[in-house]
Amino acid sequence: MAHTGRTVGRLGEGDWDGKVSEIKKKIKSILPGRSCDLLQDTSHLPPEHSDVVIVGGGVLGLSVAYWLKKLESRRGAIRVLVVERDHTYSQASTGLSVGGICQQFSLPENIQLSLFSASFLRNINEYLAVVDAPPLDLQFNPSGYLLLASEKDAAAMESNVKVQRQEGAKVSLMSPDQLRNKFPWINTEGVALASYGMEDEGWFDPWCLLQGLRRKVQSLGVLFCQGEVTRFLSSSQRMLTTDDKAVVLKRIHEVHVKMDRSLEYQPVECAIVINAAGAWSSQIAALAGIGEGPPGTLQGTKLPVEPRKRDVYVWHCPQGPGLETPLVADTSGAYFRREGLGSNYLGGRSPTEQEEPDPANLEVDHDFFQDKVWPHLALRVPAFETLKVQSAWAGYYDYNTFDQNGVVGPHPLVVNMYFATGFSGHGLQQAPGVGRAVAEMVLKGRFQTINLSPFLFTRFYLGEKIQENNII
Amino acid sequence: MAAPWASLRLVAPMWNGRIRGIHRLGGAVAPEGNQKKKRTILQFLTNYFYDVEALRDYLLQREMYKVHEKNRFRDKEWIRPDKYGHFSQEFWNFCEVPVEAVDASDCDINYEGLDNLLRLKELQSLSLQRCSHVDDWCLSRLYPLADSLQELSLAGCPRVSERGLACLHHLQNLRRLDISDLPAVSNPGLTQILVEEMLPNCKVVGVDWAEGLKSGPEEQPQDTASPVPA
Repeated sequence: MAHTGRTVGRLGEGDWDGKVSEIKKKIKSILPGRSCDLLQDTSHLPPEHSDVVIVGGGVLGLSVAYWLKKLESRRGAIRVLVVERDHTYSQASTGLSVGGICQQFSLPENIQLSLFSASFLRNINEYLAVVDAPPLDLQFNPSGYLLLASEKDAAAMESNVKVQRQEGAKVSLMSPDQLRNKFPWINTEGVALASYGMEDEGWFDPWCLLQGLRRKVQSLGVLFCQGEVTRFLSSSQRMLTTDDKAVVLKRIHEVHVKMDRSLEYQPVECAIVINAAGAWSSQIAALAGIGEGPPGTLQGTKLPVEPRKRDVYVWHCPQGPGLETPLVADTSGAYFRREGLGSNYLGGRSPTEQEEPDPANLEVDHDFFQDKVWPHLALRVPAFETLKVQSAWAGYYDYNTFDQNGVVGPHPLVVNMYFATGFSGHGLQQAPGVGRAVAEMVLKGRFQTINLSPFLFTRFYLGEKIQENNII
Repeated sequence: MAAPWASLRLVAPMWNGRIRGIHRLGGAVAPEGNQKKKRTILQFLTNYFYDVEALRDYLLQREMYKVHEKNRFRDKEWIRPDKYGHFSQEFWNFCEVPVEAVDASDCDINYEGLDNLLRLKELQSLSLQRCSHVDDWCLSRLYPLADSLQELSLAGCPRVSERGLACLHHLQNLRRLDISDLPAVSNPGLTQILVEEMLPNCKVVGVDWAEGLKSGPEEQPQDTASPVPA
């Protein structure tokens, strides 16, 4: 039988001629004298497959990446990809943070997280050591936090200090007289009780921690990518609960990462997604379909994390409090601390719900300082009546509107998205502990060292608030 | 140490001869043939004969014993480990005696090691000179000693900076603080002034506050000549 040159069936779905011309084009491009388009440069793109994709490269995201690599069962067991939209971190909460760490919380879990973070920072050069790289100098000031309480908050402060001491934090309670004795520059009018952290409290340089984590995590083999997550592709599965109610479980199997200033995107096949996007976590959650459903149901429960703008002001006051000044948090919510040796101070105040500024941009509101911050500072520290503002900046809190505490752990319906966000201003100081907890959850399936089950997502649906009272 | 002593006993008869031999040798050399030559002969012999080495050790120990006889510490001798490295049982009799001074200079004491020192409620003087692992975190632990500590020395600690010195304000009974030679302190003169303000009853030693200050008249012509940076 004569062969017509046309083959169908096994050898091809298309026509043979088309295939031949394609093959001819490829051969021609290999031969010298033509530009070779076979292998395109994809070095700027993330890999096509990754076991874990961490959305957000701030201190929480990097901490999760670090602990995933530390706790993996053998070296190179999992491939971790960190996707960060802005490698200059110009709006990231980490770099703009005041950098404080304290154990004076009301929840035992928060206290344990901060205690672990203090020991992590103390031994940071053992945790984050990289061969041939210089050791990190966190510039830690162990000066402690001083929280002041008025008459109506004094009882709550006492019970909080009791909990803190039970967990192992070294906090001392002071009466107004003792306060005046220790810090003569304080005006104790309106202060009924004060709690002073004696050890493991103070402030440090958050940039140093961020760069140290980045360096270490890169040396451990974590991949970085500058891009934005634009889409999640997930597969659903209909299952029945024990009460025979139908529930749809979703599993994200692909993440689309769009490159900066371009339409190009890379689909990354993944097994686990970590949402560590800070102030923008709710957008990432919405992409995964969290909150799409009738309100009042688990499907309809959104992630209640939104960006809140906070201003920090730097001023100079030559007769101000001396070297021993702790980070003072006033009864009015205003706070300040020393910065360096040259009589410079920085501080601010959390606005009330009505005063909340528009988080659309990071422009500083100087009138807020004049009207709402300075009067309280001058009342508490008379020396601050004459001060001169040198500069100011603003940053975002990833504010959890539900109960101002973090969200940690997997989502009940989108089973492979883990949260590490919503810490409302104390994410930096709890990052090492939270990173370890999320890594344990991912690798071992449960919290092993610090039990953060009160911080799971399900509390938003069940309405179980774990209110943290000491938010600065 | 058993073997050398044994050998000494075995060669006892010859030992006397050798001693005389050494002295003879020493005497035989002319007086200006000096100390140096005498020592070299002894050294030479020490290198070649185990017995001479043991002899030298014995003589040295006799000398040290004489020195220790003279040294007393508050009418008690220093309590030292014996030749096996053990402390004698009578050490336990001193359980109740308060420790007033600790000299931990050049020690490898670190953050966890300070646990042992912080329990000494009557400690009056603490010296942490040149301790390479004492840093700002360690200084923040010293506040339990506030009631008794009167003298503290941090000279030469490479990791102590002005941020750690800020925690010393708890030690209100401190009368003497030595902060000389701290390489991690960014501005020693200014730090000295601030620490003195923080601890008014304490004599802060070690830094000249004028250090780092520019001398005025020589600098002025330079300033007017160069353009003022924006």
